[in-house]
Amino acid sequence: MSAAPAAVDAARRAVAAVVDPEIRVLTIEELGILRDVTEEPGTGRIVVTITPTYTGCPAMDVIRTDVRAALAAAGHPDAEVRTVYAPAWTTDWISESGRAKLTAAGIAPPARAATSGPAGRGGPVPLTLGARCPRCGSPETEQLSRFGSTACKALWRCRACAEPFDHLKAL
Amino acid sequence: MTVTPGYLLALGDDALIAAQRLGEWAAAAPEMEEDIALANIALDQLGAARLLLSYAAEELTAAGRTAADVAASAPPAVTELTEDTLAYLRDDREYRNCLLVELPNGDFAVTIAKLLFLSAYQLPLYAALSGCADERLAAIGAKARKESAYHLDHAALWTVRLGDGTEESHRRMQAAVDQVWPYTHELFAPEPEAPVDPAGLRAAFLGAVEPVLAEATLRRPDDGWAPAGGRTGVHTEHLSYLLAEMQVLHRAHPGARW
Repeated sequence: MSAAPAAVDAARRAVAAVVDPEIRVLTIEELGILRDVTEEPGTGRIVVTITPTYTGCPAMDVIRTDVRAALAAAGHPDAEVRTVYAPAWTTDWISESGRAKLTAAGIAPPARAATSGPAGRGGPVPLTLGARCPRCGSPETEQLSRFGSTACKALWRCRACAEPFDHLKAL
Repeated sequence: MTVTPGYLLALGDDALIAAQRLGEWAAAAPEMEEDIALANIALDQLGAARLLLSYAAEELTAAGRTAADVAASAPPAVTELTEDTLAYLRDDREYRNCLLVELPNGDFAVTIAKLLFLSAYQLPLYAALSGCADERLAAIGAKARKESAYHLDHAALWTVRLGDGTEESHRRMQAAVDQVWPYTHELFAPEPEAPVDPAGLRAAFLGAVEPVLAEATLRRPDDGWAPAGGRTGVHTEHLSYLLAEMQVLHRAHPGARW
């Protein structure tokens, strides 16, 4: 038995619309953690592949639950969610629309990582490239804390408008 | 090259015990930003620990081992061997972590010295593992190395800030480096059969640590006393207290969920 291609497309759309629980302006597709939606040969079961931003990301359980719920609502109650770690996630996988939504939500998007080669195994991780203030656009910003409200963010401040803001760390 | 359960346990236990120690700083760090930083680093360590211990548990199960084989004090009702069995039901003698990670946090300088040395060891270790023949271990290495690079950078910034800071911060950072240095030798004990021989990592470790100490105006301690035993389950008394706190809930309420 095999699901029609249209059914796989519909399943893919349902999963792609799932929102990241910690950065709620982005879908998991825009964040780049949704790797694949396929149909298992033979059974026709939908298999979703996701990857964590950070190994200890506490949102993964919620994301898995949300993906299963979205697929159940789309007519796939038996869908399977798999987690893969290679290739390792990089902030370069955040889509252009995702970067625009981050800025609109007051979160400075990450600088382009230098590690975006095939398996992200390039040179050293770039650490504190500048961030543009997502509110006033000024490049006059400074880092307040290298760690922030979630594993993937750092805390910055704008010297022009004095507002603090989250900055997604380049990884 | 063989990936043995013992090798996975050593790596996973290092990460788990480091996570538990760093977590002790939550709500107690010198400033709020640092509170969040140490908790975030603990979370990264916990993430790596879960991947490594899950892998170890699966390999042990495949080899026909049961919960009772790896955790002598596990209740008879526990038969399944999982990451939780390994984390919550093993006693100190069954843990394979290095002594460095179980040492008490001490003052903030000691915590930073421990983090500097641990991340300067884990970064080249994970980087080398990312290219090893075992796909699953390579994936864990490729993921964890990015996080280790950030930990190392954070510890290095603090080492320089404290070492090259006031007279008092310099004195305490030097004392911390002197106190912790002997425990770094255990990390590099030769293990020729391992996917990555730890002995080959010391050059990279020194290459990362020595310039940081120099910039921090700190003296690199002489090599001498080299306490060891963690890899064979012979630990300091500190590990038992750490495990008691980490395991008490799980042991008192088996299978508890919330």
